[in-house]
Amino acid sequence: MTVKDLIDKNWYKVINEGDETEREIGKVFCCDLLSIAMGKAPADCAWVTVMGNINTLAVATLADAAVVILAENAQLDANAASKAAQQGVTVLATEMPIFDAALQIYRALNA
Amino acid sequence: MEDAIVLKYQVIDGEFQRAGEVSSDVKHKLKQMGVPANIVRKVAIAMYEGEVNMVIHANGGEITVEITPEQIKMILADVGPGIPDVEKAMTAGFSTASDATRNLGFGAGMGLPNMKKNTDSLDIETLLGEGTTITMIVKL
Repeated sequence: MTVKDLIDKNWYKVINEGDETEREIGKVFCCDLLSIAMGKAPADCAWVTVMGNINTLAVATLADAAVVILAENAQLDANAASKAAQQGVTVLATEMPIFDAALQIYRALNA
Repeated sequence: MEDAIVLKYQVIDGEFQRAGEVSSDVKHKLKQMGVPANIVRKVAIAMYEGEVNMVIHANGGEITVEITPEQIKMILADVGPGIPDVEKAMTAGFSTASDATRNLGFGAGMGLPNMKKNTDSLDIETLLGEGTTITMIVKL
């Protein structure tokens, strides 16, 4: 499943559509502590988190996450939104809890 | 070292909004040079951790990156407070970050362990009240 396929499911609000939506999503990853995410997030993952600050975008970019999903209605602040656009990171958002959103993606990846 | 490409950056104290800019720039340049993606990722992760540490703990500092056909060497030098107990600082989960820093998602105590994990060598020179210089090497 590519990032675009995930967007096209219309499960999540699109906060920013990034540059690489044809990327294949590898695994789903859940974590809110950025330093753990930095060390453990697999490249090409769909990262589900409630942290919507600018540093989330930096970690997503540097750890090569394919897409960030903000759960629990977490918002990107203005600086982070502008960083997402500038870095071409795809950011989606949902009111769902982290586990539910991650499970939904996991099931789609393993269907 | 005559064919080394050298990049130099300043990291500004307390600038959380900009933390990661140096690592992003280095990542971008390494990709342009055709460095393999897994190596670029390791360098980016190790550098970001170091860069954030400089912002959180060390009043900023200077990062130098030397790229040769054999390796990528990152030297992170600060004039911060120094690390009182390096062994403790290397322990996963140990952190002295403030509550404000933790609220931003940092302070998990994984910075130095992540740096070690993603590099082939990590050397820490530190002197209390003088500063810390961390040298990391990722082999190509």
